[in-house]
Amino acid sequence: MSTRIPVVEKILSANDRIADRNRETLDHAGVFGINIMASPGAGKTSFILKTLDALSGRLKLGVIEGDLATSIDAEKAMAAGLPAVQINTGGECHLDAVMLADALPALPLQDLDLVLVENVGNLICPASFLLGTHLNVLIASIPEGDDKPYKYPGMYMGMQTLIINKIDLLPYVPFNLEYFKQGVEALNPGVTTFPVSSKTGEGMDAWADWLVEKVNANRNNGK
Amino acid sequence: MHELSVTQGILDIALKNAGERRIKQVNLVIGQFSSIVDDSVQFYWDIISKDTAAEGSALHFERIPGEMSCRSCGHVFRPNGETFTCPSCSSPSVRISRGNEFQVESIDVE
Repeated sequence: MSTRIPVVEKILSANDRIADRNRETLDHAGVFGINIMASPGAGKTSFILKTLDALSGRLKLGVIEGDLATSIDAEKAMAAGLPAVQINTGGECHLDAVMLADALPALPLQDLDLVLVENVGNLICPASFLLGTHLNVLIASIPEGDDKPYKYPGMYMGMQTLIINKIDLLPYVPFNLEYFKQGVEALNPGVTTFPVSSKTGEGMDAWADWLVEKVNANRNNGK
Repeated sequence: MHELSVTQGILDIALKNAGERRIKQVNLVIGQFSSIVDDSVQFYWDIISKDTAAEGSALHFERIPGEMSCRSCGHVFRPNGETFTCPSCSSPSVRISRGNEFQVESIDVE
């Protein structure tokens, strides 16, 4: 004889609870956190470096590096005088809330306005693991192809801001922007979108201005 | 692969709800849009449940197919992976109505 006990609990609920605590830590320090996700090769690293340039002198920034392939980035950020932490994911395909909870105390949060978290390059699971950041940003890129929202709906549902990178390649690569946008719209209606080119700098100002406003609005809400 | 951390989450939830009782089966509800591989979870389960109240228990996966519904005409359909357009009225305005499930539904204990 066996007895059935109803449970109905989300499998990742433990992660979500720690993510809530991370959010409290950030809010308590008045820091806005963004989680940057993308497939490998979407241009995450150069996009972040350009973003750091565009925000220089406007916001006090910290960087948390989770990408396996870019351990050099934390050093680059530190060389630029920014506080940076490298997370060793031990081969995991995503960051989770525990890893962020371990990394946050290594940053001088009281002195910062914005923390950029670079997630592991992967288009499948990072969006399933909440970190506690205020914003999930997904970087799509033109050479990846226009079918990605249809192939990886989880990531396109789990973000709140979409960057379409490498738009300078649109004339050279078959990419149906309408078809791409239809997929995005179905999964994430009305999502804020910035077409950019990290290479030419096109669109970067609009993204940076919007982010500064977002960070300031969050800080004012907290007070 | 993140199946190990997922499996650990399942085990924690099952043990917490079982109290002192032995677990015979854990019933999971997994939607199509949740990325997880059944075989890998079962593999890790057999290893990490050893020496716990869940040792030797089975995992039962209920798979929920992905389903969308049209915001214009209300038609419900399964996306084909290439387009989300409503097959009934061709509207591109649709939403996911099922397939995001990712939970421990119940456990069977002795």
